[in-house]
Amino acid sequence: MITAENVTKWFGPLLAVDDVSFQVERGEVLGFLGPNGAGKSTTMRVITGFIPASGGTVKVGGFDIDDDPLEAKALIGYLPENAPAYPEMTVEGFLKFAAELRGLRGVARAEAVERAIRTCFLERVRHQMVDTLSKGYLHRTCFAQAILHDPPVLILDEPTDGLDPNQKYEMRELIKEMGKEKAIIVSTHILEEVEAICTRVIIVDRGKLVFNGTPGELKSKSRTAGNLRVRVLGVPTQDVVARLRQADGVKGVDVLDETAGVLCRLAGKPDPSLIAQVVVGAGWKLGELAVETGRLDDVFREITISDTVAEVAQ
Amino acid sequence: MRSCRNTWTLTKRELASYFASPVAYVFIIIFLLLSGSFTFMLGQFFPRGESSLAPFLMWHPWLYLFLVPAAGMRLWAEERRSGTFELLFTMPISPTQAILGKFLAGWLFLGIALLLTTPIVGTVEYLGAPDWGVMRCGYLGSFLTAGTFLAITSMTSAMTRNQVISFIVSVVICLLLILAGWPPITNLILEWAPWNWLVEAASGFSVMTHFDNLQRGLIDVRDLLYFASVMVFALFGTGVILKSRRSA
Repeated sequence: MITAENVTKWFGPLLAVDDVSFQVERGEVLGFLGPNGAGKSTTMRVITGFIPASGGTVKVGGFDIDDDPLEAKALIGYLPENAPAYPEMTVEGFLKFAAELRGLRGVARAEAVERAIRTCFLERVRHQMVDTLSKGYLHRTCFAQAILHDPPVLILDEPTDGLDPNQKYEMRELIKEMGKEKAIIVSTHILEEVEAICTRVIIVDRGKLVFNGTPGELKSKSRTAGNLRVRVLGVPTQDVVARLRQADGVKGVDVLDETAGVLCRLAGKPDPSLIAQVVVGAGWKLGELAVETGRLDDVFREITISDTVAEVAQ
Repeated sequence: MRSCRNTWTLTKRELASYFASPVAYVFIIIFLLLSGSFTFMLGQFFPRGESSLAPFLMWHPWLYLFLVPAAGMRLWAEERRSGTFELLFTMPISPTQAILGKFLAGWLFLGIALLLTTPIVGTVEYLGAPDWGVMRCGYLGSFLTAGTFLAITSMTSAMTRNQVISFIVSVVICLLLILAGWPPITNLILEWAPWNWLVEAASGFSVMTHFDNLQRGLIDVRDLLYFASVMVFALFGTGVILKSRRSA
């Protein structure tokens, strides 16, 4: 549905997006990750046709965003960052206006507005002015505007920003549900969100695409992925550490917890069945044995260089 | 057809937003107060002993000089400040529709304010036997002048997020358009360079020259063309500025 090829964007001398290419099909929820200022919002603005690219092409449903902007834009629902809306309008008035611009008239318009109000739980504030809305309601109002015309493509720039935990949960469930038949791009810097809703992840750093794969693949790149956590009960800590350190494949032993037995992390991706044999063979009681799947924030930190590190390097 | 409907949708929203804020009422009240007091005090409506709208309409370009930029400065500046600009330009509408829609709303609003001054027409009719054709022409000239200033304000409003800057720049441009044909200024030019063609070229750019013709009841295609071309130029300029604002 969405094809971005070699998209490049210069702001004067500043390269904001550097040769980024990717595709999103129906049924996919693509997580767009990156540190602040990495070019996430800029890339989304290029895809939605708000700003022209300096190079490369973007196609939405086969329509080029530069050559056939109206046809391409008609397929997109867009929630911009900070959820803008006209402050002096009521929620319902704003949605009616947006529906009209989407070409919906009469009964079709009324039905679309009702559906969006129901889907986004806006019933309580439908006659309220936009500038009196709380941040959560404002966000949902702008989201409602994006789904009015039931678009096959949804582009959401930080959809859960500023929502409380319950609203975040609802928003994620909504995105997951819609992701079954739509092509969705979600930008975020909340990593738990990626695990919760995305079928694929892209990471951009300083305008460059540095990762494109599933959340599972991303996690497996973690340095801690494949490490074992093992808990041994009723044995002194130093004995456990000394024995495990000598086991095959173990490159290091960290003691994580000593309150209920000894919890250790074994680095170097040792074979779990071997470690189980070692523990049981020594006549100890095995309390827990788990393979670590890796942590997204570890990988994120490894793949993207933080600003402070980059400044020191310069 | 679709494009007309989009433009109308935008016009409706924008016009409603004028009346949703106190700006509209303040504008209308000040416009009516000033145009009324100028007519009777500075314009010497009664001592003239003429049944014409001249003492009323002659002040309009000067009133519009401040009031139209005040009414139009928010057109694009506000849209950019609040971020709804991004929403608007990711909708399936063309920039021309957006610019025209917002401009027409502002122009209609000014037209409503102008229509509210019609009691003066009744006064003139009651006191004497005015020429209706001249009065209609005068109103047309006033409306076209308002539209011209509004188009310029639309352009300056697109330049900045700051409404104050937009206001000041458009006042300056509109002032130039008024002064270029004002006798004290044209006499000054004549003293400095005694060439008639220079004065004529300068006053050809002036709103006043064309406004005066319409006030006298003359409908000349050249005058209408002048107003139309300044409006088209300024709105086209709005489009160019908005496009460059989006890409940088």
